[in-house]
Amino acid sequence: MSMTITEKILAAAARKNKVEPGDLIDAKIDCIMCHDVTTPAAISMLKEKGIDKVFDNEKIVVTPDHFQPAKDIKSAELHKRLDDWAKDKKIKNYYPLGRAGVCHALLPEQGHIRPGEVIVGGDSHTCTYGAFAAFSTGIGSTDLAAAIATGNLWFKVPASMKFVLNGKLSKGVYSKDVILDVIAKIGTDGALYRAMEFVGPALKYMSMEARMTITNMAIEAGGKNGIIGFDDTTKQYLDEHLKSKKTDYKVYQSDPDAKYESVLEIDCSKLEPMVAFPHLPSGGKKIGDCAGLAMNQAYIGSCTNGRIEDLRIAAAIMKGKKVAIRTIIVPATPEIWKQAMDEKLFDVFYAANCVISAPTCGACLGGFMGILAATERCVSTTNRNFVGRMGSPKSEVYLASPATAAASAIEGKLVDCRKYV
Amino acid sequence: MAKAHVYKRDHINTDEIIPARYLNTDDTAELALHCMEDLDMGFIKKCKPGDCIVAGDDFGCGSSREHAVWALQGAKVGAVIAKNFARIFYRNCINCGFYPIEMANATEAIADGDEIEIDYKKGVINNKTQKKEIKFKPLPDFAIEIINDGGLLNHIKNKK
Repeated sequence: MSMTITEKILAAAARKNKVEPGDLIDAKIDCIMCHDVTTPAAISMLKEKGIDKVFDNEKIVVTPDHFQPAKDIKSAELHKRLDDWAKDKKIKNYYPLGRAGVCHALLPEQGHIRPGEVIVGGDSHTCTYGAFAAFSTGIGSTDLAAAIATGNLWFKVPASMKFVLNGKLSKGVYSKDVILDVIAKIGTDGALYRAMEFVGPALKYMSMEARMTITNMAIEAGGKNGIIGFDDTTKQYLDEHLKSKKTDYKVYQSDPDAKYESVLEIDCSKLEPMVAFPHLPSGGKKIGDCAGLAMNQAYIGSCTNGRIEDLRIAAAIMKGKKVAIRTIIVPATPEIWKQAMDEKLFDVFYAANCVISAPTCGACLGGFMGILAATERCVSTTNRNFVGRMGSPKSEVYLASPATAAASAIEGKLVDCRKYV
Repeated sequence: MAKAHVYKRDHINTDEIIPARYLNTDDTAELALHCMEDLDMGFIKKCKPGDCIVAGDDFGCGSSREHAVWALQGAKVGAVIAKNFARIFYRNCINCGFYPIEMANATEAIADGDEIEIDYKKGVINNKTQKKEIKFKPLPDFAIEIINDGGLLNHIKNKK
């Protein structure tokens, strides 16, 4: 009867004692994340089909983030449709502009993510929330509409792959480097349809912010979900962020004899800063093999690396220095923005000649706030470097940690951040 | 009869199928104008209603944007035949009533410009140009039901 944590959560959501990889289940959904790109379409579909209701207005979290503040008339229309609907349906957890933030940073921060729950969102990086020992996966607009209306979705139970993170990261090497290394090793379809479960002693030294960077990018290996077990670090974060919200969560753990399709051991102490070259997140190279390549822009933000810890790391490197290329700092949520201001990180960024943006997904997906011209290169803390991802189809995106992006901003070329930390 | 447009590429991603700069609309006809734009600027001109896209591994990887499927539907693409598909895209296809055909030898058995005919229920592609039949594993019945109903929401509505 042994099961992995993913199987246990899905079994409970399907009200079954046991599930196995390949089983088709109908799962109860605990939380639905809605943003400005995929939700307006879901709302229209529901209206059109005359299924104009929400299953539970307390289990839906709404925030515009991709194109907010509205970048053009069309995005303003999307925001209006989202806003009208959220008000009409009396969505309890609605974060309009001013409280809106990059969804995958906002939901955990505001206490909407609990262990043991099934979370879906109309965004592929919804897998981020698996860092909290929850099952969390991205869906499209039609699934989103079905989930909003019924509170249920069918899933195929994924087989699990285990990633054992041994050792401890050395100075200047971060969780971003771990996940870029993993994706370089297994490829962008290396975990296709599977659960990616991360375990091992290296996690003990990682904050929840750092862990979220890892689970965030599970989709970049094709994974259905990324998941990390519950420990003291998880508990402490939840104690601080759940506040008065529901705190009676259930903690599931993988059985010692649970079945894994594969096991990959990684010695984190031997990892180096990584840079994923265009045009796939699997294009990871060690900084030692690629330092010196000239860049035109640095971008520090996104649901992968736009959290306070990331901004602190970047500021520590930039302190007292000037950037050599356009550098854009995007705190992911209003809370992070305020905290960065209070900690005087903005002073550092200002003095270094960076520009600081409002919370938004911005240029990560080529929306606005730092679009690239043809032939330009950007070192970015984001999660995708597909063709045209950040602007011109002839531009190039290089994925890296906040430390690597900050250090590269100073020198205007890819550099080993370890000489600055 | 459908013509095959073959891309001997793996990991054709959602940003190539419909670049994020066009996601400020969910209008199918407008999305269709930019379908496959960052991979092949000429695609939308040469694609005739019912034509199929043929590609390698991991088609549709990346974003959860259903806009990718809508753009293909808007461009009147009949089906995508790939060695395999990324998970969210695959699910979105079925939910939208659009056929994803998984075929291990997709780019070997079909050449660019081949005329093909697809029997979805039997799982057979008749390659008229090369005069041969190629088998694929048909979708499970429940997925075919959803597609025949015109997508998941119609399917839910019909069941009620």
